Amino acid sequence: MPEASLLDFSVFNPRRLDEALSLLAEEENVVPLAGGTDLMVTLETGNLSPCRFLNLMGIAEFQEPFSWCDGKLRMSPLCSYRDTRIDKDVATRYPLLVRAAREVGVLAIQSRGTWAGNIVNASPAADGVPVLMVYDAEVELRSTSGTRTVPLCDFYRGYKEMDRASDELVTGIILPPPPEDRIEYFRKVAPRRLQAITKVLLTGYLLRSDDRIEDCRIVLGSVAPFTLRARETESILRGSVLDSETIKAARAALQGEISPIDDIRSTAMYRRNVAERLLDEFLLSASPESH
Amino acid sequence: MTEPLDRMTLTLTVNGRTIKVAVHPMARLLDILREEIGLTGTKEGCGEGECGACTVLMNGVPVLACLTPACQVDGAEVVTVEGLAKETLHPIQQAFLEEGGAQCGICTPGMLISAFYYLEHPECAENLREALAGNQCRCTGYTKIFSSVRKAAERLGKTIPEV
Ligand SMILES: Cc1cc2nc3c(=O)[nH]c(=O)nc-3n(C[C@H](O)[C@H](O)[C@H](O)COP(=O)(O)OP(=O)(O)OC[C@H]3O[C@@H](n4cnc5c(N)ncnc54)[C@H](O)[C@@H]3O)c2cc1C
Ligand code: FES
Ligand code: FES
Repeated sequence: MPEASLLDFSVFNPRRLDEALSLLAEEENVVPLAGGTDLMVTLETGNLSPCRFLNLMGIAEFQEPFSWCDGKLRMSPLCSYRDTRIDKDVATRYPLLVRAAREVGVLAIQSRGTWAGNIVNASPAADGVPVLMVYDAEVELRSTSGTRTVPLCDFYRGYKEMDRASDELVTGIILPPPPEDRIEYFRKVAPRRLQAITKVLLTGYLLRSDDRIEDCRIVLGSVAPFTLRARETESILRGSVLDSETIKAARAALQGEISPIDDIRSTAMYRRNVAERLLDEFLLSASPESH
Repeated sequence: MTEPLDRMTLTLTVNGRTIKVAVHPMARLLDILREEIGLTGTKEGCGEGECGACTVLMNGVPVLACLTPACQVDGAEVVTVEGLAKETLHPIQQAFLEEGGAQCGICTPGMLISAFYYLEHPECAENLREALAGNQCRCTGYTKIFSSVRKAAERLGKTIPEV
Protein backbone atom coordinates (compact mmCIF):
# COMPACT_ATOMS: atom_id res chain seq x y z
CA MET A 1 0.00 0.00 0.00
CA PRO A 2 1.46 3.41 -0.89
CA GLU A 3 2.01 5.68 2.09
CA ALA A 4 -0.84 8.09 2.53
CA SER A 5 0.06 11.70 1.97
CA LEU A 6 -0.83 14.26 4.61
CA LEU A 7 -2.85 15.96 1.88
CA ASP A 8 -5.50 13.30 2.45
CA PHE A 9 -5.98 14.48 6.01
CA SER A 10 -7.14 17.61 7.76
CA VAL A 11 -7.98 18.56 11.33
CA PHE A 12 -10.77 20.23 13.25
CA ASN A 13 -9.64 21.88 16.48
CA PRO A 14 -12.83 22.46 18.49
CA ARG A 15 -12.57 24.28 21.84
CA ARG A 16 -15.93 23.22 23.23
CA LEU A 17 -17.81 19.96 23.41
CA ASP A 18 -20.92 21.21 21.61
CA GLU A 19 -18.74 22.35 18.68
CA ALA A 20 -17.14 18.91 18.55
CA LEU A 21 -20.50 17.14 18.62
CA SER A 22 -21.90 19.31 15.80
CA LEU A 23 -18.85 18.60 13.65
CA LEU A 24 -19.23 14.89 14.29
CA ALA A 25 -22.93 15.04 13.38
CA GLU A 26 -22.67 17.25 10.29
CA GLU A 27 -19.36 16.44 8.62
CA GLU A 28 -18.39 13.32 6.72
CA ASN A 29 -15.52 11.08 7.65
CA VAL A 30 -14.59 12.57 11.00
CA VAL A 31 -12.26 10.58 13.27
CA PRO A 32 -11.78 11.60 16.92
CA LEU A 33 -8.11 12.04 17.86
CA ALA A 34 -7.09 11.72 21.51
CA GLY A 35 -3.46 10.88 22.41
CA GLY A 36 -2.83 9.51 18.92
CA THR A 37 -0.80 6.52 20.11
CA ASP A 38 -2.96 4.20 18.02
CA LEU A 39 -3.99 6.58 15.25
CA MET A 40 -0.52 8.02 14.52
CA VAL A 41 0.80 4.50 14.00
CA THR A 42 -1.94 3.64 11.50
CA LEU A 43 -1.42 6.99 9.81
CA GLU A 44 2.34 6.57 9.53
CA THR A 45 2.14 3.02 8.27
CA GLY A 46 -0.26 4.13 5.51
CA ASN A 47 -3.17 2.14 6.93
CA LEU A 48 -5.61 4.96 7.44
CA SER A 49 -8.10 6.05 4.79
CA PRO A 50 -8.42 9.78 4.13
CA CYS A 51 -10.28 11.53 6.93
CA ARG A 52 -10.70 14.65 8.96
CA PHE A 53 -9.46 14.36 12.51
CA LEU A 54 -11.39 15.82 15.38
CA ASN A 55 -8.65 16.87 17.78
CA LEU A 56 -10.06 16.38 21.28
CA MET A 57 -7.06 17.82 23.15
CA GLY A 58 -8.32 21.41 23.14
CA ILE A 59 -11.85 20.72 24.41
CA ALA A 60 -12.38 22.75 27.59
CA GLU A 61 -14.83 20.29 29.19
CA PHE A 62 -12.28 17.44 28.98
CA GLN A 63 -9.33 19.08 30.69
CA GLU A 64 -9.74 17.69 34.23
CA PRO A 65 -8.77 14.00 34.14
CA PHE A 66 -10.84 13.00 37.19
CA SER A 67 -13.91 14.18 39.00
CA TRP A 68 -15.93 12.57 41.79
CA CYS A 69 -19.70 12.56 41.94
CA ASP A 70 -21.87 10.62 44.45
CA GLY A 71 -18.91 8.43 45.34
CA LYS A 72 -18.36 7.54 41.69
CA LEU A 73 -15.21 8.29 39.75
CA ARG A 74 -15.61 10.01 36.44
CA MET A 75 -12.68 9.82 34.04
CA SER A 76 -12.47 12.37 31.25
CA PRO A 77 -11.94 11.09 27.70
CA LEU A 78 -8.50 12.71 27.83
CA CYS A 79 -7.53 10.94 31.07
CA SER A 80 -4.18 9.27 30.38
CA TYR A 81 -2.41 6.35 32.02
CA ARG A 82 0.04 8.87 33.44
CA ASP A 83 -2.77 10.88 35.04
CA THR A 84 -3.91 7.67 36.68
CA ARG A 85 -0.50 6.67 37.97
CA ILE A 86 0.05 10.00 39.70
CA ASP A 87 -3.37 10.45 41.35
CA LYS A 88 -3.21 9.27 44.97
CA ASP A 89 -7.00 9.04 45.48
CA VAL A 90 -7.50 6.97 42.37
CA ALA A 91 -4.60 4.71 43.29
CA THR A 92 -6.10 4.08 46.73
CA ARG A 93 -9.66 3.45 45.58
CA TYR A 94 -9.05 1.67 42.28
CA PRO A 95 -5.63 0.01 42.56
CA LEU A 96 -6.12 -2.13 39.45
CA LEU A 97 -6.22 1.01 37.30
CA VAL A 98 -2.68 1.78 38.37
CA ARG A 99 -1.54 -1.84 37.98
CA ALA A 100 -2.75 -1.80 34.37
CA ALA A 101 -1.55 1.75 33.60
CA ARG A 102 2.03 0.84 34.58
CA GLU A 103 2.03 -1.96 32.01
CA VAL A 104 0.64 -0.08 29.01
CA GLY A 105 3.61 0.45 26.69
CA VAL A 106 6.17 2.55 28.56
CA LEU A 107 6.22 5.98 30.26
CA ALA A 108 6.28 7.93 26.98
CA ILE A 109 3.18 6.04 25.77
CA GLN A 110 1.46 6.39 29.15
CA SER A 111 1.88 10.16 29.06
CA ARG A 112 -0.21 10.44 25.88
CA GLY A 113 -2.39 7.33 25.60
CA THR A 114 -5.92 7.58 27.00
CA TRP A 115 -8.32 5.04 28.52
CA ALA A 116 -11.08 6.21 26.15
CA GLY A 117 -8.78 5.68 23.17
CA ASN A 118 -8.07 2.18 24.46
CA ILE A 119 -11.82 1.47 24.68
CA VAL A 120 -12.63 2.72 21.16
CA ASN A 121 -9.54 1.22 19.56
CA ALA A 122 -11.17 -2.04 20.71
CA SER A 123 -8.15 -4.29 20.48
CA PRO A 124 -8.76 -7.73 22.01
CA ALA A 125 -5.28 -7.29 23.53
CA ALA A 126 -6.10 -3.95 25.18
CA ASP A 127 -4.67 -3.66 28.69
CA GLY A 128 -6.76 -0.72 29.90
CA VAL A 129 -10.20 -2.13 29.09
CA PRO A 130 -10.02 -5.25 31.33
CA VAL A 131 -9.52 -3.43 34.64
CA LEU A 132 -12.22 -0.90 33.74
CA MET A 133 -14.57 -3.85 33.18
CA VAL A 134 -13.63 -5.36 36.53
CA TYR A 135 -14.75 -2.13 38.18
CA ASP A 136 -18.11 -2.17 36.31
CA ALA A 137 -17.21 0.90 34.24
CA GLU A 138 -19.91 2.61 32.24
CA VAL A 139 -19.11 4.38 29.00
CA GLU A 140 -20.85 7.71 28.55
CA LEU A 141 -21.58 8.46 24.89
CA ARG A 142 -22.82 11.80 23.68
CA SER A 143 -24.06 13.12 20.33
CA THR A 144 -26.11 16.16 19.31
CA SER A 145 -29.20 14.03 19.93
CA GLY A 146 -28.42 13.16 23.52
CA THR A 147 -26.40 11.29 26.12
CA ARG A 148 -26.51 7.63 27.07
CA THR A 149 -24.40 5.24 29.09
CA VAL A 150 -23.52 1.66 28.28
CA PRO A 151 -21.89 -0.84 30.64
CA LEU A 152 -18.42 -1.43 29.23
CA CYS A 153 -18.88 -5.19 29.52
CA ASP A 154 -21.79 -4.93 27.03
CA PHE A 155 -20.05 -2.44 24.72
CA TYR A 156 -18.37 -4.89 22.34
CA ARG A 157 -20.28 -6.90 19.73
CA GLY A 158 -17.49 -8.58 17.81
CA TYR A 159 -13.93 -7.97 16.68
CA LYS A 160 -13.58 -4.15 16.65
CA GLU A 161 -17.37 -3.86 16.64
CA MET A 162 -18.97 -1.81 19.33
CA ASP A 163 -22.12 -0.10 20.48
CA ARG A 164 -21.10 3.37 19.30
CA ALA A 165 -22.66 5.36 16.46
CA SER A 166 -20.33 7.34 14.23
CA ASP A 167 -21.66 10.64 15.57
CA GLU A 168 -21.09 9.66 19.19
CA LEU A 169 -18.14 10.72 21.25
CA VAL A 170 -17.05 8.96 24.42
CA THR A 171 -17.43 11.81 26.92
CA GLY A 172 -16.68 9.99 30.15
CA ILE A 173 -15.92 6.70 31.84
CA ILE A 174 -17.81 6.25 35.09
CA LEU A 175 -16.74 3.87 37.84
CA PRO A 176 -18.91 3.05 40.87
CA PRO A 177 -17.10 2.38 44.14
CA PRO A 178 -15.99 -1.26 44.24
CA PRO A 179 -16.91 -3.41 47.28
CA GLU A 180 -14.71 -3.12 50.37
CA ASP A 181 -12.45 -6.02 51.36
CA ARG A 182 -12.25 -7.53 47.93
CA ILE A 183 -9.14 -9.42 46.89
CA GLU A 184 -7.80 -8.16 43.56
CA TYR A 185 -5.74 -9.82 40.88
CA PHE A 186 -3.99 -8.57 37.74
CA ARG A 187 -1.49 -10.28 35.54
CA LYS A 188 -0.43 -9.49 32.01
CA VAL A 189 1.55 -12.21 30.27
CA ALA A 190 3.71 -10.92 27.42
CA PRO A 191 7.17 -11.65 26.00
CA ARG A 192 8.68 -8.80 28.04
CA ARG A 193 7.62 -6.89 31.12
CA LEU A 194 7.08 -3.60 29.29
CA GLN A 195 6.59 -2.38 25.73
CA ALA A 196 4.99 -5.68 24.75
CA ILE A 197 1.61 -6.75 23.45
CA THR A 198 -0.37 -9.06 25.71
CA LYS A 199 -0.55 -12.79 24.98
CA VAL A 200 -3.00 -13.41 27.81
CA LEU A 201 -4.26 -11.15 30.57
CA LEU A 202 -6.47 -12.01 33.53
CA THR A 203 -7.75 -9.58 36.09
CA GLY A 204 -10.55 -9.57 38.63
CA TYR A 205 -11.62 -9.38 42.20
CA LEU A 206 -13.18 -11.75 44.64
CA LEU A 207 -15.23 -11.02 47.71
CA ARG A 208 -15.31 -13.77 50.30
CA SER A 209 -17.13 -14.22 53.58
CA ASP A 210 -15.42 -17.06 55.42
CA ASP A 211 -14.86 -19.63 52.71
CA ARG A 212 -17.86 -18.72 50.56
CA ILE A 213 -17.50 -16.52 47.49
CA GLU A 214 -19.98 -13.67 47.74
CA ASP A 215 -19.15 -11.98 44.49
CA CYS A 216 -16.43 -11.82 41.88
CA ARG A 217 -15.34 -10.34 38.56
CA ILE A 218 -13.15 -12.11 36.06
CA VAL A 219 -12.03 -10.42 32.86
CA LEU A 220 -9.57 -11.68 30.24
CA GLY A 221 -7.64 -10.11 27.41
CA SER A 222 -6.38 -11.70 24.16
CA VAL A 223 -8.50 -14.86 24.42
CA ALA A 224 -11.56 -13.74 22.45
CA PRO A 225 -12.41 -11.28 19.63
CA PHE A 226 -12.76 -8.56 22.31
CA THR A 227 -12.03 -8.14 26.01
CA LEU A 228 -14.04 -10.86 27.69
CA ARG A 229 -15.90 -10.72 30.96
CA ALA A 230 -16.00 -14.39 31.97
CA ARG A 231 -19.60 -14.44 33.16
CA GLU A 232 -19.98 -18.24 33.11
CA THR A 233 -16.92 -18.67 35.27
CA GLU A 234 -18.12 -15.93 37.60
CA SER A 235 -21.50 -17.61 38.00
CA ILE A 236 -19.87 -20.92 38.91
CA LEU A 237 -17.86 -19.15 41.58
CA ARG A 238 -20.55 -16.86 42.99
CA GLY A 239 -22.11 -18.47 46.06
CA SER A 240 -19.74 -21.44 46.06
CA VAL A 241 -17.27 -22.52 48.68
CA LEU A 242 -13.77 -21.72 47.48
CA ASP A 243 -12.32 -25.23 47.43
CA SER A 244 -10.65 -27.50 44.90
CA GLU A 245 -13.98 -28.74 43.51
CA THR A 246 -15.08 -25.19 42.77
CA ILE A 247 -11.76 -24.31 41.22
CA LYS A 248 -12.03 -27.33 38.97
CA ALA A 249 -15.52 -26.33 37.86
CA ALA A 250 -14.36 -22.77 37.29
CA ARG A 251 -11.49 -23.94 35.08
CA ALA A 252 -13.91 -25.94 32.95
CA ALA A 253 -16.27 -22.99 32.64
CA LEU A 254 -13.39 -20.74 31.63
CA GLN A 255 -12.27 -23.15 28.92
CA GLY A 256 -15.85 -23.18 27.63
CA GLU A 257 -16.16 -19.44 27.26
CA ILE A 258 -12.77 -18.36 25.90
CA SER A 259 -12.01 -18.71 22.20
CA PRO A 260 -8.32 -17.89 21.70
CA ILE A 261 -6.66 -18.12 18.30
CA ASP A 262 -3.21 -18.81 16.85
CA ASP A 263 -1.57 -15.60 15.70
CA ILE A 264 1.87 -14.01 15.39
CA ARG A 265 2.09 -13.48 19.13
CA SER A 266 1.02 -16.83 20.49
CA THR A 267 -1.01 -19.97 19.96
CA ALA A 268 -4.51 -20.91 21.02
CA MET A 269 -3.14 -23.83 23.03
CA TYR A 270 -0.67 -21.69 24.94
CA ARG A 271 -3.34 -19.10 25.64
CA ARG A 272 -5.77 -21.73 26.97
CA ASN A 273 -3.09 -23.17 29.18
CA VAL A 274 -1.96 -19.83 30.56
CA ALA A 275 -5.50 -18.49 31.02
CA GLU A 276 -6.28 -21.49 33.22
CA ARG A 277 -3.11 -21.10 35.24
CA LEU A 278 -3.80 -17.42 35.81
CA LEU A 279 -7.28 -18.33 37.04
CA ASP A 280 -5.69 -20.87 39.41
CA GLU A 281 -3.21 -18.33 40.68
CA PHE A 282 -5.98 -15.81 41.27
CA LEU A 283 -8.27 -18.24 43.09
CA LEU A 284 -5.51 -19.71 45.19
CA SER A 285 -4.32 -16.24 46.17
CA ALA A 286 -7.88 -15.50 47.27
CA SER A 287 -8.47 -18.72 49.19
CA PRO A 288 -8.76 -18.67 53.01
CA GLU A 289 -5.38 -20.41 53.47
CA SER A 290 -3.59 -17.50 51.77
CA HIS A 291 -5.04 -14.91 54.15
CA MET B 1 -19.48 26.23 8.76
CA THR B 2 -16.04 25.47 10.20
CA GLU B 3 -13.51 24.31 7.62
CA PRO B 4 -10.99 21.66 8.63
CA LEU B 5 -7.38 22.86 8.66
CA ASP B 6 -4.67 21.57 6.36
CA ARG B 7 -2.18 24.20 7.50
CA MET B 8 -1.69 25.88 10.85
CA THR B 9 0.72 28.28 12.49
CA LEU B 10 2.03 27.00 15.80
CA THR B 11 3.88 28.76 18.53
CA LEU B 12 6.07 26.51 20.58
CA THR B 13 9.00 26.90 22.91
CA VAL B 14 11.92 24.67 22.10
CA ASN B 15 14.80 24.56 24.55
CA GLY B 16 13.75 27.92 25.92
CA ARG B 17 13.30 29.73 22.58
CA THR B 18 9.85 30.60 21.31
CA ILE B 19 9.34 29.73 17.68
CA LYS B 20 6.50 30.03 15.16
CA VAL B 21 6.14 27.47 12.38
CA ALA B 22 3.51 26.92 9.69
CA VAL B 23 2.91 23.20 9.14
CA HIS B 24 0.27 20.59 8.38
CA PRO B 25 -1.69 19.95 11.60
CA MET B 26 -0.84 16.23 11.41
CA ALA B 27 2.89 16.84 10.81
CA ARG B 28 4.90 14.96 13.41
CA LEU B 29 6.67 16.89 16.15
CA LEU B 30 9.71 14.86 15.05
CA ASP B 31 9.65 16.44 11.57
CA ILE B 32 8.94 19.90 12.94
CA LEU B 33 12.05 19.66 15.12
CA ARG B 34 14.30 18.17 12.47
CA GLU B 35 13.03 19.70 9.24
CA GLU B 36 11.44 23.00 10.24
CA ILE B 37 13.69 24.03 13.11
CA GLY B 38 16.85 22.18 12.12
CA LEU B 39 17.33 20.43 15.47
CA THR B 40 18.48 17.06 14.18
CA GLY B 41 19.57 15.71 17.55
CA THR B 42 16.22 13.96 17.97
CA LYS B 43 16.36 10.77 15.90
CA GLU B 44 13.87 8.63 14.02
CA GLY B 45 14.37 4.93 14.63
CA CYS B 46 11.08 3.21 13.90
CA GLY B 47 8.51 5.96 13.38
CA GLU B 48 5.97 3.77 15.21
CA GLY B 49 6.47 4.42 18.89
CA GLU B 50 8.50 1.30 19.56
CA CYS B 51 12.13 2.42 19.84
CA GLY B 52 12.21 5.68 21.82
CA ALA B 53 14.91 7.33 19.68
CA CYS B 54 12.58 10.32 19.21
CA THR B 55 11.82 10.86 22.93
CA VAL B 56 11.57 14.52 23.93
CA LEU B 57 10.02 16.31 26.88
CA MET B 58 6.75 18.09 26.16
CA ASN B 59 5.50 20.27 29.00
CA GLY B 60 7.98 18.48 31.21
CA VAL B 61 6.86 14.93 30.37
CA PRO B 62 8.49 12.39 28.04
CA VAL B 63 6.62 11.85 24.78
CA LEU B 64 7.46 10.23 21.46
CA ALA B 65 7.92 12.95 18.85
CA CYS B 66 7.06 10.50 16.05
CA LEU B 67 3.56 9.99 17.50
CA THR B 68 2.83 13.60 18.42
CA PRO B 69 0.93 15.62 15.80
CA ALA B 70 1.46 19.35 15.30
CA CYS B 71 -2.12 20.20 16.23
CA GLN B 72 -1.37 18.99 19.76
CA VAL B 73 1.85 20.90 20.35
CA ASP B 74 0.64 24.48 19.87
CA GLY B 75 1.79 26.44 22.91
CA ALA B 76 3.86 23.56 24.27
CA GLU B 77 7.29 23.68 25.83
CA VAL B 78 9.61 21.15 24.29
CA VAL B 79 13.03 20.06 25.47
CA THR B 80 15.24 18.08 23.10
CA VAL B 81 18.70 16.61 23.59
CA GLU B 82 20.15 19.93 22.39
CA GLY B 83 18.60 21.54 25.45
CA LEU B 84 20.49 19.43 27.99
CA ALA B 85 23.99 20.90 27.76
CA LYS B 86 24.38 24.44 29.05
CA GLU B 87 27.94 25.84 29.24
CA THR B 88 29.29 22.31 29.47
CA LEU B 89 27.82 18.88 28.84
CA HIS B 90 25.06 17.84 31.21
CA PRO B 91 26.38 15.40 33.86
CA ILE B 92 24.37 12.59 32.21
CA GLN B 93 26.02 13.30 28.85
CA GLN B 94 29.44 13.50 30.52
CA ALA B 95 28.85 10.12 32.19
CA PHE B 96 27.76 8.53 28.87
CA LEU B 97 31.02 9.78 27.38
CA GLU B 98 33.17 8.41 30.19
CA GLU B 99 31.39 5.08 30.61
CA GLY B 100 30.88 4.21 26.94
CA GLY B 101 27.11 4.66 27.17
CA ALA B 102 26.93 5.52 23.46
CA GLN B 103 28.22 3.55 20.48
CA CYS B 104 26.50 4.31 17.16
CA GLY B 105 24.55 7.05 18.94
CA ILE B 106 21.13 6.58 17.36
CA CYS B 107 19.42 5.71 20.63
CA THR B 108 21.46 8.20 22.66
CA PRO B 109 19.33 11.38 22.36
CA GLY B 110 16.22 9.51 23.49
CA MET B 111 18.15 7.65 26.17
CA LEU B 112 19.52 10.92 27.54
CA ILE B 113 16.08 12.53 27.65
CA SER B 114 14.52 9.52 29.41
CA ALA B 115 17.44 9.36 31.85
CA PHE B 116 17.21 13.11 32.48
CA TYR B 117 13.49 12.83 33.23
CA TYR B 118 14.04 9.88 35.53
CA LEU B 119 16.76 11.56 37.56
CA GLU B 120 14.54 14.64 37.92
CA HIS B 121 11.54 12.47 38.88
CA PRO B 122 12.76 9.16 40.34
CA GLU B 123 9.23 8.49 41.65
CA CYS B 124 7.92 8.12 38.07
CA ALA B 125 9.17 4.54 37.77
CA GLU B 126 9.99 1.58 39.94
CA ASN B 127 13.61 1.61 38.82
CA LEU B 128 15.99 2.66 36.06
CA ARG B 129 15.03 -0.32 33.93
CA GLU B 130 11.42 0.75 33.86
CA ALA B 131 12.40 4.38 33.17
CA LEU B 132 14.47 3.37 30.13
CA ALA B 133 12.26 0.48 28.97
CA GLY B 134 10.97 2.51 26.03
CA ASN B 135 14.44 3.21 24.67
CA GLN B 136 15.95 0.43 22.64
CA CYS B 137 19.65 0.13 21.97
CA ARG B 138 21.05 -2.24 19.36
CA CYS B 139 24.69 -1.65 20.28
CA THR B 140 25.60 -1.42 23.93
CA GLY B 141 23.66 -4.25 25.55
CA TYR B 142 22.42 -1.64 28.05
CA THR B 143 24.96 -2.39 30.80
CA LYS B 144 27.06 0.65 30.00
CA ILE B 145 23.98 2.82 29.62
CA PHE B 146 22.83 1.81 33.09
CA SER B 147 26.26 2.42 34.59
CA SER B 148 26.40 5.83 32.88
CA VAL B 149 23.08 6.86 34.40
CA ARG B 150 24.13 5.55 37.83
CA LYS B 151 27.33 7.54 37.67
CA ALA B 152 25.40 10.66 36.71
CA ALA B 153 22.91 10.03 39.53
CA GLU B 154 25.76 9.86 42.01
CA ARG B 155 27.26 13.11 40.76
CA LEU B 156 23.90 14.82 40.86
CA GLY B 157 23.31 13.54 44.39
CA LYS B 158 20.22 11.53 43.38
CA THR B 159 19.39 8.22 44.99
CA ILE B 160 17.85 5.62 42.71
CA PRO B 161 16.96 2.02 43.57
CA GLU B 162 19.58 -0.67 42.91
CA VAL B 163 17.62 -2.83 40.44
C1 LIG C 1 4.65 1.67 21.26
C2 LIG C 1 3.23 1.43 21.68
C3 LIG C 1 3.00 0.59 22.75
C4 LIG C 1 1.68 0.35 23.16
N1 LIG C 1 1.48 -0.51 24.20
C5 LIG C 1 0.22 -0.79 24.59
C6 LIG C 1 -0.01 -1.71 25.65
O1 LIG C 1 0.93 -2.23 26.26
N2 LIG C 1 -1.30 -1.98 25.99
C7 LIG C 1 -2.36 -1.39 25.34
O2 LIG C 1 -3.49 -1.67 25.69
N3 LIG C 1 -2.16 -0.53 24.33
C8 LIG C 1 -0.91 -0.21 23.94
N4 LIG C 1 -0.70 0.65 22.89
C9 LIG C 1 -1.87 1.20 22.18
C10 LIG C 1 -2.36 2.59 22.65
O3 LIG C 1 -1.33 3.28 23.33
C11 LIG C 1 -3.57 2.50 23.56
O4 LIG C 1 -4.61 1.79 22.94
C12 LIG C 1 -4.08 3.88 23.99
O5 LIG C 1 -4.94 3.74 25.08
C13 LIG C 1 -4.79 4.63 22.87
O6 LIG C 1 -5.20 5.89 23.36
P1 LIG C 1 -4.98 7.22 22.51
O7 LIG C 1 -5.56 8.34 23.29
O8 LIG C 1 -3.58 7.38 22.12
O9 LIG C 1 -5.88 6.88 21.25
P2 LIG C 1 -6.00 7.47 19.72
O10 LIG C 1 -4.90 6.92 18.94
O11 LIG C 1 -6.08 8.97 19.82
O12 LIG C 1 -7.37 6.89 19.37
C14 LIG C 1 -7.63 5.50 19.33
C15 LIG C 1 -9.02 5.23 18.79
O13 LIG C 1 -10.01 5.71 19.68
C16 LIG C 1 -10.84 6.68 19.04
N5 LIG C 1 -11.15 7.65 20.10
C17 LIG C 1 -10.27 8.21 20.97
N6 LIG C 1 -10.93 8.98 21.87
C18 LIG C 1 -12.25 8.90 21.57
C19 LIG C 1 -13.44 9.45 22.15
N7 LIG C 1 -13.42 10.25 23.23
N8 LIG C 1 -14.64 9.15 21.58
C20 LIG C 1 -14.70 8.33 20.49
N9 LIG C 1 -13.62 7.77 19.91
C21 LIG C 1 -12.40 8.05 20.44
C22 LIG C 1 -10.05 7.19 17.88
O14 LIG C 1 -10.87 7.68 16.85
C23 LIG C 1 -9.31 5.92 17.47
O15 LIG C 1 -10.14 5.10 16.72
C24 LIG C 1 0.60 0.95 22.47
C25 LIG C 1 0.85 1.82 21.40
C26 LIG C 1 2.16 2.05 20.99
C27 LIG C 1 2.42 2.97 19.84
S1 FES D 1 11.05 6.88 16.12
FE1 FES D 1 9.63 7.41 17.62
S2 FES D 1 9.64 5.68 18.88
FE2 FES D 1 10.90 5.06 17.25
S1 FES E 1 24.35 3.10 20.74
FE1 FES E 1 23.68 2.27 18.86
S2 FES E 1 21.57 1.90 19.26
FE2 FES E 1 22.32 2.47 21.19
